[in-house]
Amino acid sequence: MTSIGNGPNGSSRIVLRAEGVWKSYDEGAIAVLKGVDFSASEGRTAALCGPSGCGKSTLLHLLGGLDQPDRGRILVNGRELRRNEDPLHRLRHEVGFVFQLHNLIPDLTLAENCLIPTLAAGMDRQSALARLGQLTERTGVSHRLDQRIQKLSGGERQRTALCRALMNRPKILLADEPTGSLDAQTSASIFDLLLELVATEGVTLVMATHDRRMAERCDQLLEMRDGRIHGPESV
Amino acid sequence: MLFLKLILTNLRRHRIRSIISLAGIAFSVAAMLTVVTILQGAIGMFSGILSSDSEIIVFERNVSDLFFSHVPASAAAEIAAWPMVAHADPVLFGVVSSADHPIITCFGVTEADARIRKATWIAGDRLRFARQPDGVALGERAAAFLSASLGSSVQIGHGSFHVIGILKTANGFEDGGVFMPLGSAQSFFHQEGASSVITVKLRDKDDAAAFKRTVQSSFANLIALEDAEFTRSYSQFRILKATAWAVGGCGLLLGGLGVANTMIMSVFTRIREIAILRVNGFSSLQIAGMIFGESALVSLLGGLTGLAIGTGFLYALKLVPALHGYIDVSIQPAVLLTVILLALLTGIAGALYPAIYALRIRAVEALRFE
Repeated sequence: MTSIGNGPNGSSRIVLRAEGVWKSYDEGAIAVLKGVDFSASEGRTAALCGPSGCGKSTLLHLLGGLDQPDRGRILVNGRELRRNEDPLHRLRHEVGFVFQLHNLIPDLTLAENCLIPTLAAGMDRQSALARLGQLTERTGVSHRLDQRIQKLSGGERQRTALCRALMNRPKILLADEPTGSLDAQTSASIFDLLLELVATEGVTLVMATHDRRMAERCDQLLEMRDGRIHGPESV
Repeated sequence: MLFLKLILTNLRRHRIRSIISLAGIAFSVAAMLTVVTILQGAIGMFSGILSSDSEIIVFERNVSDLFFSHVPASAAAEIAAWPMVAHADPVLFGVVSSADHPIITCFGVTEADARIRKATWIAGDRLRFARQPDGVALGERAAAFLSASLGSSVQIGHGSFHVIGILKTANGFEDGGVFMPLGSAQSFFHQEGASSVITVKLRDKDDAAAFKRTVQSSFANLIALEDAEFTRSYSQFRILKATAWAVGGCGLLLGGLGVANTMIMSVFTRIREIAILRVNGFSSLQIAGMIFGESALVSLLGGLTGLAIGTGFLYALKLVPALHGYIDVSIQPAVLLTVILLALLTGIAGALYPAIYALRIRAVEALRFE
């Protein structure tokens, strides 16, 4: 099994695990994942690299409960995800998502977009606003709270997406090409911010990326090819 | 607050569609309110004729329509003599037509009848009523549409009558009706020695049950009902009420289809947004709540707008001279509540399929949807 080593304080508690996961599309015609085993320890960062279509995003979706495997199982904090228990709602306190396209709701303001996960989690408004203030301060968008998403730049949108992903203090952050739609300079600053946030929040990061330079800054770089994980490579 | 904003945002995003949907519900509610109120007003007026200074109606058992009820005059005389009875007034109903008016209600009454006593006599002398067999009193509106005045002759059905008085009442049926002496009406309608009903006032209202039992034991073919009891049970009223609600219900169903269409479109155009909410932890219940909330809000606003339009329309109808006295704008609270509840239920029913569709959206696919 491919695993992301020990946590920063020496702990090796596995928070995310995929066991013999298979996934195909078009009724089995396109096999994307072919028996992937993977596990991630608390507080570590891992990058999934590989060519387009190798299954990076699919694996992230399965790990986050967005989709279900054809075979195999996914365990989050030791508990298996089952398709009949609304996994996305179940994981609202445990997993945060950041996507290549920020996936914000354009008609809402930056603050409202960030507060959506707290509404789903039933967090009281005062705590939610305090957390919003804290995160937006750290991501440098606190002066844009009341701006609608259309009025934000690409970098600000991705910072907002980062804030939103961390609002419920999840212990796992899944990032699918988080800087893929940004220019090189913005991309670098967002990635710095991402690593800083996961370090200070003690979050386990699993990121899919094409960018090897970014991938090499993670604790572990996992190469995906032909529906399987090869490696891990040492970094 | 944010949840409400999510609902409002979508309604604002498609303003025209939301307004059309709201208008659909509003006009349906207005139609239902108008039809039901007019019919209930009509029923109230007809009941009012029967309950004028009386609390009990005696009529022939098992008749579907009071116009076909046959109560012998002897029964009226006997009932009037019972100690518990203050007065018992036989009334004969008949329908005639004139050149321009196919239906004119005729009331065959005695000179002591409350309908004659309590009306405001605009012209003529109440004490002259029933002094001459061809003398009739006309309701104010009847006098107007028959172009009759005090002392003139009017052609009613196949007979010619002399107008001895014109009276004003708040009741549309009475205001547009003809009051004949009971004996003349019996001859005119070939109902010699009979009336349609006897309206009874008791000395003590608490004797109502005893009175009804006495009628039952004394006259096998007659039945006595208290006014409220009669209004509830009279088959014609029940048919009218059912028809009114059915017509209104059909209108509301159309409004509901409008809401369903709006909600389906609303879900289709925000598949990606729903997926984003799912990915951020929204439960199925929260997603469904958002869809139902949106539809309930449209229905509620539509319902309230409909009530305003319906009430305005009823007041406008009341001002139409031809309908004077027939429209009762006093909308019953039960009708208001029922109409609003039906509008809400319709809206919620209209959101059922869209909500199910929304819950079936697979976030992973929907996020790829542009």
